[in-house]
Amino acid sequence: MGQIDNLYIFILAAFVGFEVIRRVSPLLHTPLMSLTNALDAIAVVGAIILAGEHKTTLATALGALAIVAATSNVVGGFIITDRMLKMFKSSKPKKP
Amino acid sequence: MNTPAIANGTIQIVYLISAALFILSLKWMSSPRSARRGVWAGELGMLLAICATLLYRGIVDYTWIAIALVLGTIIGIPLGNVQMTAVPQRTALSHAFGALCVSLVGTAEYYLRAPHVPAFMMAVLSMEVILGSLTFTGSLMAAGKLQEILPQRPITYKGQNIVNLSLLAIAVAVAVALVINPGHTRLFPLMIAIPLVFGVMMIVPIGGADMPTVISLLNSYAGLSAAAMGFVLDSKLLIVAGALDGSSGFILSVIMSKAMNRSFTNVLFGAFGQVQTSAAGIQEARTVRGATAEEAAAILGAANSVVIVPGYGMAVAQAQHKVREFYDALTRRGIDVRFAIHPVAGRMPGHMNVLLAEADIPYDKLLDMDAINPEFPQTDVALIIGANDVTNPAARTDPGSPIYGMPILDVDKAKTVMVIKRGMSPGFAGIDNQLYYLDKTLMLFGDAKAFVGDLLRELAGESGG
Repeated sequence: MGQIDNLYIFILAAFVGFEVIRRVSPLLHTPLMSLTNALDAIAVVGAIILAGEHKTTLATALGALAIVAATSNVVGGFIITDRMLKMFKSSKPKKP
Repeated sequence: MNTPAIANGTIQIVYLISAALFILSLKWMSSPRSARRGVWAGELGMLLAICATLLYRGIVDYTWIAIALVLGTIIGIPLGNVQMTAVPQRTALSHAFGALCVSLVGTAEYYLRAPHVPAFMMAVLSMEVILGSLTFTGSLMAAGKLQEILPQRPITYKGQNIVNLSLLAIAVAVAVALVINPGHTRLFPLMIAIPLVFGVMMIVPIGGADMPTVISLLNSYAGLSAAAMGFVLDSKLLIVAGALDGSSGFILSVIMSKAMNRSFTNVLFGAFGQVQTSAAGIQEARTVRGATAEEAAAILGAANSVVIVPGYGMAVAQAQHKVREFYDALTRRGIDVRFAIHPVAGRMPGHMNVLLAEADIPYDKLLDMDAINPEFPQTDVALIIGANDVTNPAARTDPGSPIYGMPILDVDKAKTVMVIKRGMSPGFAGIDNQLYYLDKTLMLFGDAKAFVGDLLRELAGESGG
């Protein structure tokens, strides 16, 4: 019944996502999208196992390609999100 | 090979920590003050999860993993360093990569497991592969349109919706056949190929103005396909990340659709460029008032409050740095200057804020539509730079207008309206803007960057002499 547990997790995570993301300021919607994209690339863990287990040549090849695609999202996504966020400055002095 | 493998239970605990860090990461995105901390939390979660996975006992060979990680990093670095105007196409491209990863893993998993795939497993696997494939080509098409490699005009033909829906229906039928009998390995390539074609066909009729909605929608699909992959691999971390991404994309799509007064189905099934002919006919010889930079600068210099309304035209003209100088010049005179940002300004959600932040304009001067609209009646000058449809009062007043009902910035309530524009050409919606014919409106014809430069010179000359 593991899949039922997974469905529960999916539903709960979707609700958490709604509540958390609803509060994100429209100012930051672009960095939000690049960040969620980078986090989504956690799919790389599945690809790593696929490429590492070496069950068939096809699986290894597809897994390796998938790692390339996901890693470029992880690296690129975090870099650009941080670059964007660094640019947001307030006109008021920062509170300590 | 003797690898420093760790127990499966330990890996699961690390994944749990990563999932918590991902949620915190998004929570910290709520304000610009804590947002960078959010990125660090996300990076830490990602690093922990990848390291734990690399220590997984089942991994027998690291060669391909290492090569692929290095290659991905090499591709990722330039993608993280694109110009800010290119962020929308970069985002579309990263949706394509994410979907590619998911589809490849789904394909590999099917061929590893077939023909012994339980029905539920086959159903989520089908969902993973269908959503992944259509998001892959759809996002590539969106990136191509945004990069202007592909024509931005919507391309439509008769029966388009029937063709598209039939394609999707066939893909679903194939999936159902596979759920009933997973042994039909020959059917599987069809379940990849048809959605790949569908992804292309889905984006073909979509025009430039709808890109913010479409990017958000593709973001949602990419998230859902990753969540489906989580079900296939029984990875709770992936389910959580996919659900977060899916709901984020969904919320943004809803916000974008609302801002354009359109439903999802309307964006996907009705190309916007169609309606223009009816509205264009009514146009009579109405007069507009033009003004020179000198006249405009005199009015601006005497104002107490100015609201600047930037649109994508400003970014295309690369005028944001000149606008920043202009903002400084007015602020030095004690004039209150703020920016009014419509949700669909720019090519993706929030794009305009990033472009203005890049030009060093403080974020607390960037106000969204709901915050700035009540302020317009007390505003001396509303200066529109490169925005059009989102300022058209016809959206409030003319039930016959194709944009009627769309939430707009109420610039027409300001005491004086100035519009910097190259000519009288209509915006994305292809309709005439009634704002330009109001008595209080001054048209400042010229290139955005050059004209703001002229205004700056006039303001400097006036205060100097």
